[in-house]
Amino acid sequence: MTLQVINSPFNEEQVQLLNLLLPKLTEPQKIWLGGYLSAYQPMNAQIAASDVAVGEIHASVMQTEVARKEVTILYGSQTGNGQALAESLSKNLLAEDFHVSLFSMHEFKLNSLKKIENLLLVVSTHGEGDPPDNALPFYEFLFGKRAPKLDHLQYSVLALGDSSYEFFCHTGKQFDERLQELGAKRLTPRVDCDLDYDEPYEEWSNQVLENLKERLGSAVAPSSQVAVGPGATQQSSYSRSKPFQAEVLENIDLNGRGSNKETRHLELSLEGSNLEYEPGDSLGIYPTNDEKLVDELIAAAKWNPEETVHVNKQGERRALREALISHFEITVLTKPLLQKFANLINHPKLVELVASENDQALKEYIDGRDLLDLVQDFGPFNIPVNEFVALLRKIPARLYSIASSSKANPDEVHLTIGAVRYETYGRERKGVCSVQCAERLEPGSTVPVYIQRNDNFKLPDNPDTPIIMIGPGTGIAPFRSFMEEREEIGAEGKSWLFFGDQHYVTDFLYQIEWQRWLKDGVLTKMDVAFSRDTDEKVYVQHRMLEQSEEIYRWLEEGAVVYICGDEKNMAADVHTTLETILQEEGALNAKEAADYLADMQKQKRYQRDVY
Amino acid sequence: MTQKIVLPPQTGEPSDVERIKRESNYLRGTLAETLVNPISSGIPDDDNRLMKFHGSYLQDDRDLRNERQRQKLEPAYQFMVRVRAPGGVATPEQWLVMDSVANKYGNGTLKLTTRQAFQMHGILKWNMKKNIQEINAALMDTLAACGDVNRNVMCNPNPYQSEVHAEVYEWSRQLSEYLSPRTSAYHEIWLDGEKVVDSQQADVEVEPMYGALYLPRKFKIGIAVPPNNDIDVFSQDLGFIAILEDDQLVGFNVAVGGGMGMTHGDKETYPQLARVIGFCTPEQLLEVAEKVITIQRDYGNRSERKNARFKYTIDARGLDWISEELNERLGWVLAEARAYHFDHNGDRYGWVKGSNGNWHFTLFIQNGRVKDSDDYPLMTGLREIAKVHTGDFRLSPNQNLVISNVTSAKKKQIVEMMEQYGLTAGEQHSALRRSSLACVALPTCGLAMAEAERYLPVLLDKIEVILDEAGLRDEEIVIRMSGCPNGCSRPALGEIAFIGKSPGKYNMYLGAGFVGDRLNKLYRENVGEQEILDLLRALFFQYAKERQEGEHFGDFVIRAGHVKAVQSGLDFHD
Repeated sequence: MTLQVINSPFNEEQVQLLNLLLPKLTEPQKIWLGGYLSAYQPMNAQIAASDVAVGEIHASVMQTEVARKEVTILYGSQTGNGQALAESLSKNLLAEDFHVSLFSMHEFKLNSLKKIENLLLVVSTHGEGDPPDNALPFYEFLFGKRAPKLDHLQYSVLALGDSSYEFFCHTGKQFDERLQELGAKRLTPRVDCDLDYDEPYEEWSNQVLENLKERLGSAVAPSSQVAVGPGATQQSSYSRSKPFQAEVLENIDLNGRGSNKETRHLELSLEGSNLEYEPGDSLGIYPTNDEKLVDELIAAAKWNPEETVHVNKQGERRALREALISHFEITVLTKPLLQKFANLINHPKLVELVASENDQALKEYIDGRDLLDLVQDFGPFNIPVNEFVALLRKIPARLYSIASSSKANPDEVHLTIGAVRYETYGRERKGVCSVQCAERLEPGSTVPVYIQRNDNFKLPDNPDTPIIMIGPGTGIAPFRSFMEEREEIGAEGKSWLFFGDQHYVTDFLYQIEWQRWLKDGVLTKMDVAFSRDTDEKVYVQHRMLEQSEEIYRWLEEGAVVYICGDEKNMAADVHTTLETILQEEGALNAKEAADYLADMQKQKRYQRDVY
Repeated sequence: MTQKIVLPPQTGEPSDVERIKRESNYLRGTLAETLVNPISSGIPDDDNRLMKFHGSYLQDDRDLRNERQRQKLEPAYQFMVRVRAPGGVATPEQWLVMDSVANKYGNGTLKLTTRQAFQMHGILKWNMKKNIQEINAALMDTLAACGDVNRNVMCNPNPYQSEVHAEVYEWSRQLSEYLSPRTSAYHEIWLDGEKVVDSQQADVEVEPMYGALYLPRKFKIGIAVPPNNDIDVFSQDLGFIAILEDDQLVGFNVAVGGGMGMTHGDKETYPQLARVIGFCTPEQLLEVAEKVITIQRDYGNRSERKNARFKYTIDARGLDWISEELNERLGWVLAEARAYHFDHNGDRYGWVKGSNGNWHFTLFIQNGRVKDSDDYPLMTGLREIAKVHTGDFRLSPNQNLVISNVTSAKKKQIVEMMEQYGLTAGEQHSALRRSSLACVALPTCGLAMAEAERYLPVLLDKIEVILDEAGLRDEEIVIRMSGCPNGCSRPALGEIAFIGKSPGKYNMYLGAGFVGDRLNKLYRENVGEQEILDLLRALFFQYAKERQEGEHFGDFVIRAGHVKAVQSGLDFHD
């Protein structure tokens, strides 16, 4: 983004000077200058503040002028009639020089509803008063807990229906009422159309048009529309040590029926936390243990669940059951734990196991076992439960790559979490946090979270820089945030996504979002590999090899490469594949290819978020 | 004679489908590219319109549609593939291929359609090419099984008069071949054929009969052999009635302008019966069909697809017009129609011996769905029979299957296998169930407003209880259910019919003629199951008590004043 008069508070001359200077600055210089200016600001607080305010008003006047003529048309249509009418309406408005955005309701970005001032809805009703399929997400959004206040919104509804059904035009009526409830104002009254809709549609369309022309033709002073300026950001008081209790807004299984996998899409509210994040950052979640497992453990050890134990060094006490659920790690065994424990209970077999010459056996024992196994194998113990608990680790937070952009979803953070379930030693094991998310986090419940910055996984500063994203499975998460961000800022750089999973039909995570971004040009290219749909397993690196020539071209154009997901197999294979591509397409030898990648890494053009 | 086909000017803007056809370069569109696009298992709407001409269309599992939308997954897209079988005839080898591809690529079932075609569902985009290639390797194809062209030609599977069937079937096969599209797009896209098209080529060279825009709408042809009207000759755009004299085929009566489809709430649309306008000899058959089709090509409504079927073209101009126009294009005059008589449109189940000495067994298949269920291994049974069968199979227009031309020597083995797998003529069911038809509807059909195939059997279980009470178990009553008013199960010709309006709600129609010669009439709107059962209970008991000797249910409800008789579609909504 270059600085211009219209996107900054500077005049023509200043813009020219700044544009001359800014591109030549090095990173350290930019950082220094940023610090210098912010330190300089308080000394001239009054002047600086008023300058900013002028700039803001200036910008908002311009925005209002544009916005005044802006009309959004949404349609929900089962048979196509609604769509046809919406398109016709759009034509009529365009002819009158309105700026029209026309969307099917399911393609509309729900979060942008807050930003709209003029909304026209064309929606049919089908079956027994049901919304058309493609209106469902919008419907659920409007009637859900996240429906925004819409005081600024003017709207009108054209409802389509068939009066031979009991719930004639029901969906249109519901939308009309709901928008009122949310504070929006009717431009013109709703019109309900029967099968013979042409005339009522014409009347409605004319009324709407007259009304919009009348309303938007007369200039309105934008005085009350000044946005809060920059620099007003408050520091969040929440952190890793003081996590924020985030409310669960949405918890969806992204895998279709019949999948071997369960990948949860979690949407959490950060409202009131002042927590901020950027694409590439992670969210930490403090999980709780499965109560069933805790109860089994207590029963196996013959402890008293009500007995109080210390939960921290400050001497806070909790009932044992509560402590094991919320404070201590019980699903992982460690070598130090077993060693201390062996000393404590003096069980001959355990003492033997932790002896230094049996290191390998100890490793094998630890792998895939938990506290319940330990108790079952060596318990019950005749030691005070407090002494046992004192050996346990605090339950650690789990980090998940954030799957959303805060610009696209203010006050929200989204995650993509694969539920971990497997069986070892005759018992089903569950990932503590992932299965908590899958099984026990209902919308409305809360979970303690914090933001973990990750400066090593960041979009390029220059939005024109091409990016190549490789993220199979849940590795897709940060790339969703990248796309949301790039869409919001209107980045023009090319982008290319490689995704893979087991089955196309059930495991194409966020499929309809990628499809929309491809259609809108936010995402330039996408290649997919579904390993279990074909006789021979196909992974992302195979897709990369198929396109090696073009990948090399992108690299030479300065593309940044991002890899997210499994470290052991995927990230290593992808790295080798990149080396192969460089050798083949760039005629490099092995060392040169390795150097090329190392160099990219130095330039922050090769970034990984692997686990 | 090579000249560009010039259509007479029409009122109204051409519909969007006309644009798609025009821009498609003879049914190619961008199918070759979109079929391999890996980001969606669907194809764009425009290509899907063209896909129909190739015998397939994109559907999705509607049971999962909302669930998947919430999961941010595209609909569970899948293709339906329809395989043409003129007259419904398939060899055992072809049956085995249908069975194999349905299990390999489809959902493990086959649907025998009301137009004697095979249909398979649930095929993923990535498997489409292999699927169609395997079908073609069995010398069957899917071209023109859907789309604005002549569809699968129907023909009575007549097991009795073997020689006549052979002759009539041969004509239906020739019609099918003669009226097929000529574009090489099908070979190019599915069979890796070479690209031969030159878009500069005059359309008469590529499609001498259809032209670049094909027909305004689908076109259906069927041949009936009296006294059996199983193909519902009056439901066809162009129907032929075989005329036999001294057991010899002398020619066909020609009937025009039938069709089932309509749109709820739009009285400009209606089902209509074909009307007999003359007679032609067998040798004249292809020429008559071609000229009739060109009339529809030139005069059919290309602006409003709802009003584009041949029936509307004729009704807007009158029967005299069509006769004159046809005679003029033929250059000779159709002979006067001959006498004929139909006495039923249902199937006759069980074993019969044909005049050639071979045996034929008509097997009851509920709604034409061939599949294995826990207690009825129908699909397996038919597969095993196909492996040893030396005759042929014939799909009946009532969604049943004739195991045909079983030699006396083979019959014992076939009988034993049928017993082994429990295949029967459906004697255990009521005559009403054996006279029932249902279209596919939910979950795959995109047009369905209510259930049909999945629900009719359940409804029939409850209706059979009433029939037993009323003593009507063995009374043949034609009952049909369609999930939408397009009418794939020919509901307007059901003595009792249900057309879906919304989940669980149907419009109920009564009073069609038992031999398929009279339309039914709307009896109740928007009725659910309990109302249906209550209404039928009253009607059945009254019928059982008051019917006259030999009086069919469809005739009775008219005499008793429940509905008015409908002789023309123009009176359907009165």
